[in-house]
Amino acid sequence: MSDRVNVTVDGIAVEVEPGTTILQACEEAGVEIPRFCYHERLSVAGNCRMCLVEVEKAPKPVASCAMPVAPDMVVNTQSDSVKSAREGVMEFLLINHPLDCPICDQGGECDLQDQALGYGVDSSRFKDNKRAVEEKEMGPLVKTVMTRCIHCTRCVRFATEVAGVPEIGAIGRGEDMEITTYLEASLESEMSGNVIDLCPVGALTSKPYAFTARPWELRKTETIDAMDAVGSNIRVDVRGREVMRILPRDNEAINEEWLSDKSRFVWDGLNTQRLDRPYLRVDDKLQATDWPNAFDAIVARIEAGSGQVAALAGDLVCTEGQFALKSLMEKLGSPHLDCRQDGAKLSGPRANYLFNTGIAGIEDADALLLIGTNPRLEAAVLNARIRKRWMAGDFPIAAIGQPTDLTYDAEFIGAGPQTLAELVEGRHGFADVLSKAERPMLILGQGALARSDGAGIFAQALALADKTNMILEGWNGFNVLHTAAGRVGGMDVGFLPGEGGRDRNGIIEGCKSGDISTVILYGADEIDRAELGGAFVIYVGSHGDRGAHGADVILPAAAYTEKQAIFVNTEGRAQMSERAAFPPGDAREDWKIFRALSDHLGATLEFDTVDALRAVMFELTPHLARLDELVSAGEPEKPVANVTELDAAAFAPALTDYYFTNPIARASATMAACAEAKRERAKAIGGTGTDG
Amino acid sequence: MLRDEDRIFTNIYGFHGADLVAAKSRGDWDDTAELIKKGRDWVIDEVKNSGLRGRGGAGFPTGLKWSFMPKDNDGRPHYLVVNADESEPGTCKDRDIMRHEPHKLLEGCLLAGFAMGAHACYIYVRGEFVREREVLQRAVDEAYDDGLLGKDAAGSGWAYDIYVHHGAGAYICGEETALIESLEGKKGMPRLKPPFPANVGLYGCPTTVNNVESIAVAPTICRRGASWFAGLGREGNTGTKLFCISGHVNRPCNVEEEMGVPLKVLLERHAGGVRGGWDNLLAVIPGGSSVPLLPKEICDTVLMDFDSLKDAQSGLGTAGVIVMDKSTDIIKAIARISHFYKHESCGQCTPCREGTGWMWRVMERLAAGRAQPREIDMLLKVTKQIEGHTICALGDAAAWPVQGLIRHFRPVIEARLEQRQTAEAAE
Repeated sequence: MSDRVNVTVDGIAVEVEPGTTILQACEEAGVEIPRFCYHERLSVAGNCRMCLVEVEKAPKPVASCAMPVAPDMVVNTQSDSVKSAREGVMEFLLINHPLDCPICDQGGECDLQDQALGYGVDSSRFKDNKRAVEEKEMGPLVKTVMTRCIHCTRCVRFATEVAGVPEIGAIGRGEDMEITTYLEASLESEMSGNVIDLCPVGALTSKPYAFTARPWELRKTETIDAMDAVGSNIRVDVRGREVMRILPRDNEAINEEWLSDKSRFVWDGLNTQRLDRPYLRVDDKLQATDWPNAFDAIVARIEAGSGQVAALAGDLVCTEGQFALKSLMEKLGSPHLDCRQDGAKLSGPRANYLFNTGIAGIEDADALLLIGTNPRLEAAVLNARIRKRWMAGDFPIAAIGQPTDLTYDAEFIGAGPQTLAELVEGRHGFADVLSKAERPMLILGQGALARSDGAGIFAQALALADKTNMILEGWNGFNVLHTAAGRVGGMDVGFLPGEGGRDRNGIIEGCKSGDISTVILYGADEIDRAELGGAFVIYVGSHGDRGAHGADVILPAAAYTEKQAIFVNTEGRAQMSERAAFPPGDAREDWKIFRALSDHLGATLEFDTVDALRAVMFELTPHLARLDELVSAGEPEKPVANVTELDAAAFAPALTDYYFTNPIARASATMAACAEAKRERAKAIGGTGTDG
Repeated sequence: MLRDEDRIFTNIYGFHGADLVAAKSRGDWDDTAELIKKGRDWVIDEVKNSGLRGRGGAGFPTGLKWSFMPKDNDGRPHYLVVNADESEPGTCKDRDIMRHEPHKLLEGCLLAGFAMGAHACYIYVRGEFVREREVLQRAVDEAYDDGLLGKDAAGSGWAYDIYVHHGAGAYICGEETALIESLEGKKGMPRLKPPFPANVGLYGCPTTVNNVESIAVAPTICRRGASWFAGLGREGNTGTKLFCISGHVNRPCNVEEEMGVPLKVLLERHAGGVRGGWDNLLAVIPGGSSVPLLPKEICDTVLMDFDSLKDAQSGLGTAGVIVMDKSTDIIKAIARISHFYKHESCGQCTPCREGTGWMWRVMERLAAGRAQPREIDMLLKVTKQIEGHTICALGDAAAWPVQGLIRHFRPVIEARLEQRQTAEAAE
């Protein structure tokens, strides 16, 4: 770059891109600039005035967050005038800020506290009464203490720009200005918890976390989220063995620094409804037992069983567990296993079931078609990335499915396979848009795949991708969006019907007919027990939810925060979760359960440690060893199955209730409160309540 | 003293009609096409050479401002926005222009708009000015009917539309970028600069915001020539100016005078002098409530123009001259002004949002004598912490009156505090 600009900051010369702000140039030079309102991912507001610096030849101090650099600019951040400007702003911020740090949840991680220490003065000259501001109702997730608000408007900008729900704003002016949700209700957003992180003070804090812990008491574990298939990077804060809260971590490629509400607030579900010991059904009642008894019961049943053994894996399960169970099934000689508990017609090489563009890749796309997916609910953070791209402009978006508010303008061009067929045949105008785009992409959702004609729809989508040149050298615009965190891992290790094996529907039929006498439900809670007929059901999982209720034996396993395990996100990116807390009571890590069970069944698995397990797994699926990397899966291949007759029915949503998609969420009181608040809100504002 | 033939606003008192026929009889719209035919650069040069400085308060050279507009159109439309949100306490000149000389303003809009390549002009009228807007709208309608505006404005071949927009009565919307925000339908909050409106203004397009008076004098300048205008007043402070004289004078009035007229002459000749005589004068705020006041010693000699008032550590501002005689409780008067700024602060940036309220509270206590003497210095420091640290000039405007008070009337404040202390001790 020849046209870089030379800037001097406190005598340190730096070379930066033109258009860089002074603040960024200062950071480049290693000079810290205090700030409250500035945030890298939000528009510049320039209202806190904390970042004022002195620029040579400028008559007044300059807000460094907003001012672009000019060639040969000389910036001074350590002069007396800058110091007094900072002290002045600090004093102004503090005159009306209550000094209630001892009872403020932000205490210990508060920008105002930190910067007051670094840049403020030690006493106050303000002798009058401080302002008091009424609390605002922001729903079950966000607690407000608006007296503490310093009006940085980060929350307003987040809601408007990133979340796409312009429902927070400022009313009043001058010192009477107040930040509020106009409706005094929770934000109509799946991303609302992020305002808590953004708030530099204790005005917006986490309601469920209120008064429960101080940041310095918590043990922090960096791990991976499993509430959706995005694989958001999170930090789990634990006190003792109890998870106290979940926060996002920065990862530019995945979640930037956002986190969806379910991922952030589901933690109370980790502490309730837990399966902490094995259970055995005796006289049609589940009774607590111990591991040997549970295993003995299983062995007795399988040896006595007339039919075969089948296994279904659920949404939250890890790759190691699925690999262990798959290996066990192989040893038992049963090909009946499936990780697609919703019956989605996913198969083929990796490129056929991955989000090939990559989440960050969305920003390079120039046209988008959504097929049977509502990314806002299915992958809120990914949806924010689509919105970010849309905000940048020139990004036509069309959707096939039920019309809903996606937080950006998407043209709903149809509801079902017919529209897709029109696109393939070029009979619809949007086919032109896709063809003319340089880097078009489509996102195929589980709503389109989890139906009997899913394979046909998949073939149609791939044909469209082919026709509109979505797959080119260096660009793969064919994407499948998953909703289950464990799904891609399961597909990768081949947790799929083997030679002559039954898939999900086949297993259910087999249960009904008696061909299958034993089913292992590995965290699979979305299967109706009644459908499994008289089969003996072994449930392996962490929560006493649907699956466990109908089981004959329950083997308690670890939740996603309680094991070091690989989760592969919808992009196909393998990431390692870390253990933040131990599983409760007698519960064990998943792979250990299958290893122990294999022993009892006389089909001993050959690995004794998780490392040994991974060694085998990596040999079979080497890309899983490349943690955090986005490994290209190549081009998707045409499925061998013939295109069957397509059902004209509209694509049904993959998720019906965002807050209740899995056993952990269903165990969470916070999620229940959110669902309730959403219903109340829909009633209050006259919405239909069915729009997502 | 300004001679009658040099007066621009010949109907500022409304003795004659504000309608188009009456306006034409005063020389408005007289072959405007001829002026336009001389070209963009000619108009801008004429205004530049006249030395006209913006009449809205800051005194930025108007011609120079117009020349900042991009010469070529990059596909975005250019806009002229006229700031008729006259809200500065003590100022009522734009109001009378709109009431009695609306066609001067409209003709100015056409010339200025043409000079900056704009085909559309928005006049943002203060919310409280209901009748003024009616008169202005009537004038716009007349001008359209007469072909002075529209596809071929005044027969010049230049398409030009003028829209009269009604504000909602917020002082801050007189700040040019807040005005633009408000015009766009948003909350009236000043924008960060850069980018300046000449690059990114209304709806993201090149925009120039001018005061009513600056625009309304442009046609006369073009007609009579830059040298005529430049020949009035002093170097750097040329031309005529509408002064608004209010307060403790015998005949408060608006009057057009030459720039640089001595304050004393202005008050005695046009406003009937200070109530109770010149020696009864306590102080004058020379340029609307936001500039520092001047005590009588300075008023004796000061000239009313940008530079000489700046030298006196005050400013010409909007030329709203507020006269206060010795019956005035000067501390209370400034406390009231502080309340105004506290009330009108938009609340966007920290120093102004928090500082204006703080200043007002201390001022109220100073007025009542309920303060420690050291708080005077503290207050002065607070004003310095606000001044120059805010997004727009409202912070400065709030700080200056208090600074002026402390600068010139510190002994009065100290006496007030002492008096209260003595009274309390006696109780």
